[in-house]
Amino acid sequence: MTPDLSVHIAGLKLRNPILLASGTVGYGFEISEHVDLNKLGGVVAKSISLKPRKGNPPPRVTETPSGMINAIGLANVGVDEFVEKKIPFLKKFDCALVANIAASTIEEYEELARTLDGVEEIDAIEVNVSCPNVKDGGLSFGNDADAVGNVTRRTRKATSKPLIVKLSPNVPNVAAFAKRVKDEGGDAVTAINTLVGTAFNIHTSKPKIANVVGGLSGPAIKPVALAKVLEISRSVDIPIFGVGGIMSWEDVAEFMIVGASAVQIGTANFVNPNIGETALEGLRDYCVNRGLERLSDVTASYKI
Amino acid sequence: MHIVNARVVETKALSKNILLKKFHSPEIARNVAPGRFVNVKVSEFGDPLLRRPFSVCDADGDEFYLMFDVTGKGTRILAGKQNDETIDVLGPLGNGFTLEGDYETALLVAGGLGAAPFPLLVKRLAGKRVLAFLGGRTRAAVPDYGIPNAVVASEDDSGDFRGTVVDLLRERANELDASTTKIFACGPNAMLKALQTFCRDEGFACEASLECAMACGFGVCQGCPVEVKSTPDRYALVCKDGPAFDLHDVTLP
Repeated sequence: MTPDLSVHIAGLKLRNPILLASGTVGYGFEISEHVDLNKLGGVVAKSISLKPRKGNPPPRVTETPSGMINAIGLANVGVDEFVEKKIPFLKKFDCALVANIAASTIEEYEELARTLDGVEEIDAIEVNVSCPNVKDGGLSFGNDADAVGNVTRRTRKATSKPLIVKLSPNVPNVAAFAKRVKDEGGDAVTAINTLVGTAFNIHTSKPKIANVVGGLSGPAIKPVALAKVLEISRSVDIPIFGVGGIMSWEDVAEFMIVGASAVQIGTANFVNPNIGETALEGLRDYCVNRGLERLSDVTASYKI
Repeated sequence: MHIVNARVVETKALSKNILLKKFHSPEIARNVAPGRFVNVKVSEFGDPLLRRPFSVCDADGDEFYLMFDVTGKGTRILAGKQNDETIDVLGPLGNGFTLEGDYETALLVAGGLGAAPFPLLVKRLAGKRVLAFLGGRTRAAVPDYGIPNAVVASEDDSGDFRGTVVDLLRERANELDASTTKIFACGPNAMLKALQTFCRDEGFACEASLECAMACGFGVCQGCPVEVKSTPDRYALVCKDGPAFDLHDVTLP
């Protein structure tokens, strides 16, 4: 018996539950040298804004125990170049292509969603309301449930594609945010974006990243991410893309057990750029060993 | 660019804290060029989490060399790898030095471990006159492996010159002809900044290999930006667009 790894989430039928997370694989080009994107469930492209963004000055990254802090600042080529130059490369792959949008006003989110709605190759739109690294937006939306509700409502009207909202973990009640997304017509949530963190050099008293604070990612945040996914899963009926510190197939299974229908691999791509593919083998064996015909049966199978 | 398992062949101490480690990997040894680098996963258990970038120091047949000082957890683990153990290496990465050109003299300038990419560079500069000025706290802190006739500037009296390597350059500037010399540099940003001023004042062409914290090493994390004057609207990435850049074109942090 070959186990069925396919999953349905947010109107998407994916070959398997593994996607590569936004901001960790650029626009697919460099990572495709290491991993066969055709084998994956999907790719979430780097956040796109209306205009190109240069991003934050260096230093932008620093390693921390079992993780790293980044403050890239949404450096991106802008939506026009994304559609003209990046989509033609990404569309060659037979996996779901999710565009991720970031903006500093609701109108910009709306315009981005409308623009990308007309791009046939894009299978879904993920709305980034939770980037901690830009002053003029991102987290200022992500930490306000009404703002997340408004962004969801307005982008929902601007696109008929599956709409996913990427949530911030830097809130006390993530389920309330997921509920707003559901009520305003979002098809799924991604949980979680990075946690706000910082690190200082004790010899110079200076922050190790120029933006002072950044987003903590990597295995250090996995328990937090699992708790947020579980919280949403237990109280809101909305599909979840689980993300946060996944380094192995075991981590994928754990996210699915606490409620994720699919997962996104992020920081691990920097270290093991073929992790998306190698994790699949482990998941297949896992299904066989547990006697599962469908991996999707694992989703929300927690016994509490 | 591949992920390979490189086998440790030999480890040599160049000074109290500086090691030269030789690895067997035909894929890397045969494809590397001076100034390119590898990103090394020192631990298979995820601690430290990120890979560690190192300039490839030298290459010989199917073997390549890394030169590093033991400063933290990553380099301590790497230092402890014994012969026949393998490590996971991603590379070769980035763009190295541009060797072509009608210059007659290649002047190599490094601060401390910045000299790491020079042995391979010296080998590939056949036909050019090669001079090397190396700077560091003491002579022992300046590895001169594979760099013949290096002049050493040190903060104490152990070197050939007391002062910084750029002080040494200024002192010797009258012996150099800027119109037929190209400077190849590698070292900390403070040194490169002083060198940038020197090269601007004296009219020297200079290509420098930059150091920068990075996560992936192949362009996806966007963690290693550098301001480049020729493209002011976007940052270049040290890992993918460099690490070698025209020193006159970059704005160092």
